[in-house]
Amino acid sequence: MPEIRNFTLNFGPQHPAAHGVLRLVLEMDGEVIERADPHIGLLHRGTEKLAESKPFNQSIGYMDRLDYVSMMCNEHGYVLAIEKLLGVEAPIRAQYIRVMFDEITRILNHLLWLGAHGLDIGAMTVFLYAFREREDLMDLYEAVSGTRMHATYYRPGGVYRDLPDRMPQYEASKWHSKKDVDRKNEDRQGSMLDFIEAFTERFPGCVDEYETLLTDNRIWKQRTVGIGVVSPERAMQLGFSGAMLRGSGIEWDLRKKQPYEVYDRMRFDIPVGTTGDCYDRYLVRIEELRQSNRIIKQCVHWLRNNPGPVMLDDAKLAPPRREEMKADMEALIHHFKLFTEGYCVPAGEAYAAIEHPKGEFGVYLVSDGANKPYRLKVRAPGFAHLSAMDEMARGHMLADVVAVIGTQDIVFGEIDR
Amino acid sequence: MTDSSRQLAEQLQQHFGERLHAIVDSIGEVTIEVAPDDLIEVATALRDDAKFAFEMLMDVCGVDYANHGRDEWATDETSSSGFSRGVEAATAGRLQAVTEDLVVEKPRSAKRFAAVYQLLSICNNRRLRLKVFAPDDDLPVIPSVIEIWNSANWYEREAFDLYGILFEGHPDLRRLLTDYGFVGHPFRKDFPLSGNVEVIYDSEKKRVVYQPVSIEPRVLVPKVIRPGSVEAVDLTQPVEEPEEAGEQAE
Repeated sequence: MPEIRNFTLNFGPQHPAAHGVLRLVLEMDGEVIERADPHIGLLHRGTEKLAESKPFNQSIGYMDRLDYVSMMCNEHGYVLAIEKLLGVEAPIRAQYIRVMFDEITRILNHLLWLGAHGLDIGAMTVFLYAFREREDLMDLYEAVSGTRMHATYYRPGGVYRDLPDRMPQYEASKWHSKKDVDRKNEDRQGSMLDFIEAFTERFPGCVDEYETLLTDNRIWKQRTVGIGVVSPERAMQLGFSGAMLRGSGIEWDLRKKQPYEVYDRMRFDIPVGTTGDCYDRYLVRIEELRQSNRIIKQCVHWLRNNPGPVMLDDAKLAPPRREEMKADMEALIHHFKLFTEGYCVPAGEAYAAIEHPKGEFGVYLVSDGANKPYRLKVRAPGFAHLSAMDEMARGHMLADVVAVIGTQDIVFGEIDR
Repeated sequence: MTDSSRQLAEQLQQHFGERLHAIVDSIGEVTIEVAPDDLIEVATALRDDAKFAFEMLMDVCGVDYANHGRDEWATDETSSSGFSRGVEAATAGRLQAVTEDLVVEKPRSAKRFAAVYQLLSICNNRRLRLKVFAPDDDLPVIPSVIEIWNSANWYEREAFDLYGILFEGHPDLRRLLTDYGFVGHPFRKDFPLSGNVEVIYDSEKKRVVYQPVSIEPRVLVPKVIRPGSVEAVDLTQPVEEPEEAGEQAE
């Protein structure tokens, strides 16, 4: 029998390391990848087309469902594009809240990435550690918006409501003893900002724990050092952004270079890699966790001392307060008009880009003057990264494909849209 | 309009002159429009010329301008038919499958399909939007920029898949986001929102089968409003393209 060396391997779409519904068709020579052809679109929901048929505000919820591990950042891009066309700016307190939640979201995203990446290439524990902290952050989402994931919290003109004065607490039940619950509620006695502050105090220690597990771990380094190397020139050619670009040594961060909201008032550093391999990108993201923590701290400090409105006082954009609606005819009409027809956005086009945890998340909006977008295009960072899969995986072993998928931080919600 | 965008607009005007069909500088973003024949030349200059140095292509977006600025009706007057006005689509493809008489004819002068390129210069820290209209509405062809920016690969495949824009010179122009064996280009304005076919499991045949959609079109927000002075839109008459906000750079 002749020895067969070349074959085509189908990887996914139901593979635990495929991060959702990635189907990879791999042409292999023995165990070495000769060509990787990702087949995507298995999660395509036509978000952009759906948005064309409804008023602007009704699509904010769809944005959460794009990259479903960094929900509020997606909303941010969309809301910024609308605000750009409308020519309005959110009140300063809303901008601080947005920046704070963007960074909370960045931590959420990087923690999931870290856990899943670790799990993919053989480190089980770090996943459990990461989810411990994610739980607290999702509680913040819940406290501020009522849902743990798909918040729909950012609105054109601000955020939906101010931060709550009281952090919700756990309740004892037959599964959770009083003692256990009291321990968990220790940090939750005060306001939400108190809880966030307590989190920022302990979080650097948590990052140290993850690093103890991985940074000098021999197996971790064997799986990531020298894998998926991308030169800075190629990274730019391939349209990389975010940690993928910084890992290759290009100092580029929209928060610093093209600051939006109040990022120009924040003190933080941009970590960059040197070799552009999976290990460098790991180090970059770990450092981003620490820097995000720093930004959150600054926001908490400012938000404590500066109360104020969180939504524009514009009846055409923001819904009236509930009490006003009960007594004021105008307010009732505005409420009705806003939630049935929405508002008109001047004709024109705008591209708003934000530094999403995964890279540059851009929203290109074409309006023809109606109350719904004429065309909405979401520039998902993962899309450009995944299209480079062929180049990054070529010449590597089959097991390294999993490391490359992990390092690209693939989430199909945003790639397939 | 900001200083840096004005400066960029002036540089572009100076360098490309007649080859720019339009140059718009609004809300701090510069958009230029070039003919498909000039695209490769202009794009190469934009990447290689040190004063532009747009070394990154962030996005390619297909746009179908078939119904631009003329959706549905004006709302100046009240009517007794109220909500039901919205149930029967006046423009093609909003809810129902296309029927012949709904297909809107664009005026010959205005092109239907465009590809919009979002460029980013890291060393100069600025952005530029490049727009190219395909000359033929029935067979939209635009040259591929994949040789200039490799990231165009999937973006062009996506625009081809969703809008049917053919990128000449693309080495591997397959569908990307839609199903294997999908028919049509779903983001075109004459493609119904609920699609044409649905997939179900047929318990008799013991396999998955395709059948025409059974979704009843449901109108949640039928009303399209436009600010102020827009008069009733006559769908049989070609309308002028609304000018983009902002000034034309001299």
